This record gives sequence, structure tokens and C-alpha cells, in this order.
Amino acid sequence: MNDTAAGAALTAQSYKSSYKPIWCPGCGDYSVLSSITKALAMIAVPPEQVVVVSGIGCSSRMPAYTSCYGFHGVHGRALAAATGLKVARPDLTVLVTGGDGDGYSIGGNHFLHACRRNVDLTYIVMDNHVYGMTKGQPSPTTEPDWDSKLSPGGTGVRSFHPLVIALASGANFVARAFAGDPNGTADIIAQGIRHRGFSFIEVLSPCVTFRPDQREWKKQVHPAPVAATDDPARAARRIMTDDGFNIGVLYAGNRNPYPTHRGGTQVAPSDLEAEFEL
Amino acid sequence: MPRTLTELMAQALVMENEAAQRYADLADAMETHNNRGVAELFRKMAVIERKHAAQIMAEMGWKEAPPLPKVAWEDFEAPETAPADAVHYLMTPYHALEIALANEKRAERFFTRLVRMANVESVRKAARELMAEEREHVALVTAWLKKVPRPNKNWSEDPDPPSYTD
Repeated sequence: MNDTAAGAALTAQSYKSSYKPIWCPGCGDYSVLSSITKALAMIAVPPEQVVVVSGIGCSSRMPAYTSCYGFHGVHGRALAAATGLKVARPDLTVLVTGGDGDGYSIGGNHFLHACRRNVDLTYIVMDNHVYGMTKGQPSPTTEPDWDSKLSPGGTGVRSFHPLVIALASGANFVARAFAGDPNGTADIIAQGIRHRGFSFIEVLSPCVTFRPDQREWKKQVHPAPVAATDDPARAARRIMTDDGFNIGVLYAGNRNPYPTHRGGTQVAPSDLEAEFEL
Repeated sequence: MPRTLTELMAQALVMENEAAQRYADLADAMETHNNRGVAELFRKMAVIERKHAAQIMAEMGWKEAPPLPKVAWEDFEAPETAPADAVHYLMTPYHALEIALANEKRAERFFTRLVRMANVESVRKAARELMAEEREHVALVTAWLKKVPRPNKNWSEDPDPPSYTD
């Protein structure tokens, strides 16, 4: 953790640790790391007031590459740990990072309920439509016709649509970004952090090793044609008919975030027990 | 379109700083993956871009960088920034220089367009100077490219590739 000198301006570099990422050269996650650090510099929150919580996978290595507090937890459980952390320490800025496997497969249930609870977290999923760390198995967002050695002929199973699920489950901010646009992604992440409640940002982050076809994503992404809406029904129609490459904030709602204790009132365990007496 | 000399030079500073940071990140990635020749080359390029940034600061008399503008580039990133996905863990110095050459050519084209489109004389004059500098960089990198060996046709074949199947 860095100590920021009093009055020193915070830059993206202020949030980077000295550990060099081990991701494959060309991986989209390098850009997402850059975007996260730029976003934090925009918000100008001191690194010691930020926590990055992750699960397991390539993108879940993110906490080690930042100079913020970090928690590299178990597979699929980042949101659970982050929820507990934020409720206990509402003064901290809590980011959750991970991939499509960690977030939508083993972590899928936590994803639903984190959206539903609407705790003030920012969840950044680096989606590359594959299990990268375990070398190329299909993930929930893999296209049903993606032919590979591990899924000959494709899975034939319809892809999970995380933005639709997030909106339907109650996320208060839903956005999509593209790793190839690190400055645009930084803007979106900063907006997500500022927006109170559960902010979900899916970042299309190509896997150069197991999905080299994703180099084409840079030709397919495009700015969302309309501004973000705060009407969930309108957002639902847009997202359901989305081509998967609309970039921008798609929904920014008005739900109040899950209430957390603020202030220093200490509650004795016996007082808490009294609340549950029959 | 920058409307003043200060705006133009602030944009040029963004270009140099972002190019330098990208080269530094690529150098780190290559070093982690034991491609030290390319890592060294990218580090040299990062140093060169930082010198260009320092030159802009000195010419403008800036002790600290001014508030840097948010620029809407034609592509996702500034023209001189190497695309993050242009690299390969087995790439050779020749490939690295090809990337650098493409970056410098894009930067040259960017300032050439500004020269054509600027409607403020001080901006046009400065854009012309920056265009000329980028042209020099193109020439330098082209000359450098001639001194490094071309990759052989099997450069990307890995006897122990990362793909793994059960």
C-alpha cells in the first residue's frame, strides 16, 4: 500500500503496484488494469481507501497489480466477500473484479443476489467468452457455435446474457465497455463508482491465446446509439435487443443502495441478541 | 480540432505520454514472458517518447503538465499509441519496430490532417512542425528496421504451446 504524500496529486500510477502482470502479451486485461487505475485517479480517492476484491481466473489477479487493499478470494465468491466488506466498512470504495467464468458460472448465484441487494459496489467483469486460466473451455458467455478442441461443434447451449440478468435482478447501474478503448472504459468505471448502489460493468476483454478471433471485436464494438436511461423497462427492451457490442452506460437507476451502518455507534452483542428474542 | 496553440501542445503531450506508457507496459509484459530482446527495445522506445514529452514541456515553458484535455481520437486511442493487442509473446525486434513505424506514421498523418484543417495560424504552424518531427521519426525507425534481421517464417511456432487439451 502506498502512503500518498499530503497534497500530492493522484495519478493512475498512484494505484499501480510494483508487481508486473503475468497475463499473456496482448491480453485485454492489461488495458482494464490501466482503466481501473485511471478511473480511481479521476475519482481521486486515496489508494488506502480502495479495496479490490476478486475470485479466481486470469482477471482475478487484478488486486495484486494495484496498490490498493486487495482480497484475492475463492472461485466465484468475490461478491460475497465484497458485500460483507462494504457493509462492515461503508467508508471504503469497493471494487470487485473477475471474469465470465468466475462471475457467471460458479459465481452466478452470488451475481444474482448481489444485484438484488444493491450494496454500493462496483463489479467489473472482464468477459472473454472463455475459461482462460484453465486453457480454453467454454464459459457461460461462449457462443453456442464456437467450435474448439474442448467443445467440438460448439456447446449448442444459448449464451448467458449478463446485462439482462443484472438489470432484471436489480443492479442500479449497467454498462458495457471494451478493453481496446481504455480511456472510454476508465470513464465508464468512474461513473459506475460514483453511481450509488450496485454498478455492473461488463468489459469485453479479448483473450489473445484461446480466442484469437476476438481481435475482430475492435471492428464490431460501437457506441450505444442512445443515452443511458433510468427506466428499467426501457433499459430492458434495449438490452434484450442489444447486439452484444453496444458500448456505454445502458442503465443508471435510482434505487437507494442497501443501507449500511454509518457513524461510530457501537452495538453490544447482547443488544443485538435482544432484537431476536422471541 | 484544437483551437489554440496551448490546446494543440497539450494534445501532443497526451500523445507522447500515452505512447510512452504503452511501450513501458509492453516492455514489462515481454520481460515477464522472457522475451528480453523485445522488452529492451520497447523500453528504449518508452524513453524516447518520454523525451519527446519533456521537449514539449520545455518548449511550452510548462513546469507541470497542464490539465490534459479529454480528446476524442479518430480511433480508440491516441495515434502514436501501440495497439495493446499488436504483440505476441514470441515476437521479434523486427515486429516491435514494425509496430513503432506504424505508430509514427499514424502520428504523422494526424498532424498532416491538422495542418490542413487548422484555421488558427499559430496552431497550423505548430502542427506543421510536429508533422515534420514525426516524419523524422518515421525515417529513423525505417532506418532502424533495416538493421535488424527479418523474422523467419516459423517465428510464432512454439514447441510447447500454451494450449492444452485433456
